[in-house]
Amino acid sequence: MGQELIYLDNATSTKVAPEVVEAMLPYFTERYAVASSQFSHTPGLEAKEALDRARAAIASRINAQPEELVFTSGGTEANNLAIKGAAWANRKKGNHIITSKIEHLSVLHPCRSLEREGFQVTYLDVDHEGFIDLDQLEDAITDETILVSIQWVNQEVGAIQNIEEIGRLCRERGVLFHTDAVLGLGWLPLDVQEANIDLASFSAHKLHGPKGIGGLYVRSGVKLKRLLDGGYNEFELRAGTENIPGAVGFAKAVEIFTSEDAEYVRGLRDRLIESLLGIEGAELNGPRDGARRHPGNVNVSFRFAEGESIILHLDMKGIAVITGSACFSRALEPSHVLLAMGYPHERAHSSIRYTLSRYNTPEELDRAVEATREVVERLRQISPMKRGGR
Amino acid sequence: MPLPYSEKVMEHFMNPRNIGKIEDPDATATMGNPACGDMIKLYLKVDEKTKRITDIKFESYGCASNIATGSIVTELAKGKTLEEAKQIGWKEADEELGGLPPVKVHCAVLAVDALYMAIENYEHQHGLLKEKVPTDERVVLKRLKHVINPKTGREILQAKLVRSVAVNDGRVRVELDLPPDYQFAKALEEEIRERLEPLWDVHEVEVAFVGDGDGEGRGWWSKLSKA
Repeated sequence: MGQELIYLDNATSTKVAPEVVEAMLPYFTERYAVASSQFSHTPGLEAKEALDRARAAIASRINAQPEELVFTSGGTEANNLAIKGAAWANRKKGNHIITSKIEHLSVLHPCRSLEREGFQVTYLDVDHEGFIDLDQLEDAITDETILVSIQWVNQEVGAIQNIEEIGRLCRERGVLFHTDAVLGLGWLPLDVQEANIDLASFSAHKLHGPKGIGGLYVRSGVKLKRLLDGGYNEFELRAGTENIPGAVGFAKAVEIFTSEDAEYVRGLRDRLIESLLGIEGAELNGPRDGARRHPGNVNVSFRFAEGESIILHLDMKGIAVITGSACFSRALEPSHVLLAMGYPHERAHSSIRYTLSRYNTPEELDRAVEATREVVERLRQISPMKRGGR
Repeated sequence: MPLPYSEKVMEHFMNPRNIGKIEDPDATATMGNPACGDMIKLYLKVDEKTKRITDIKFESYGCASNIATGSIVTELAKGKTLEEAKQIGWKEADEELGGLPPVKVHCAVLAVDALYMAIENYEHQHGLLKEKVPTDERVVLKRLKHVINPKTGREILQAKLVRSVAVNDGRVRVELDLPPDYQFAKALEEEIRERLEPLWDVHEVEVAFVGDGDGEGRGWWSKLSKA
């Protein structure tokens, strides 16, 4: 195709930072012993120390103690461990869980599984911009409620929930609060003490770390039932050989992700939104207030043009984005997030998500906007629906 | 090609044949709707004497397969008589394109159904009006013939996923041998509704998921599904 790839799908996964790769490499080829060998030999002890350093570095970034961070294989496992683990461990206290309709599938599907086991789950609504209603949450909490699981940042429209308020409410009512913090870590400051968070899920590959490693913050004293039985790894909450290269890479990724990076991307985002909304029939999906939207998230619908066709044309031009259209989904259903926000199906079908990283440049975004404009106009020309116009 | 489409699909998607509209068509038909994310409109010009399709065009709102199947079906139909064009099946369109992914086979069905409907509309408008047939099981089964299971790309009747059909006073109930949480339950329900709700004497359609199978079918109902 000749052009340089313009990768705008960073909420799905990111480029691993070169510094991260460099930090990880020795743990594949030289320091390959595992932490559980710490009492057997020196390489084992060194591995244990490397794991401890990584754990401490990540924990300090969120104002947690090192022993409150459990490494997992990623965000999905962290969410499963938090939700199923807390539900199973607290079964005697109650059988009610509260979450929202716009969570990631790794939260929604564990909740569905628990429903089949007899737990009751309330799925909170969201408004047009993707925010839950704190009053609705408060009303939903009953004597049976054991867990509230609300994401920090939405994966599709970037809505940042008010987790401090949610945490305060849950603490007052004596209910555990879990947040899927996968898309927020690094990008936004997080203090698990101040926000009264009991459980928080993380994933390294969303912030230029490697795939295959994530973590769950478990507040000291919170009881979980583990998913994997086996050896005595990870404070007996997650059996299995520790992914030491992954943990080292995860810590490095957290260490080098600065607030300047987030500010730079925020600037790109605002410029991209402004340019895309200059295209006829374009509508912004999600929060309008930039402070309540993830710094790297842009989601726009283009009336009368279908999303899968748009992204395929963009792919031919070397631009990688995704759509909320049903044609693109694994279940032939449009994005559950956009539908929960009350948007009509057509708007979901024509939605395109651009998610940015510190490796993107203003020039790339200008090219993406021009390409989008061309493709949308071309598709509208062959559409049987009314053309153009707002 | 990194995408799950054949080169031929991509070629027709990038350069669709017969795209656009005919200003004074002899018949048109629209299938699908924007809410489903898939919509195709066909325009026909027919020679009154020979009953040959002299020109055919389409407009599309939909995914790559929708555009590519519109392109290939219009290419197959152009120059054929109406009777010949009725013989074009979705499998032929699918094969011509080098095979669509199973999840996209319904696009080929949509395009050929638009062709059949445009031909039917032409026949209606030219004095070949058929009587209104009251809806019974047989009519329902005929309508369901082209409903595709997106998981396998096979017709649900052939795969014996329809456990029963009941027609009662304008109420149609279709039972599928699939679990309620089947990956494509919502998509299948909508597809079935779309095919049954337009029937003139049907005012309620109920689709029930009553099975616990994996969607591969277990032959509950082989006799009727041959209808």
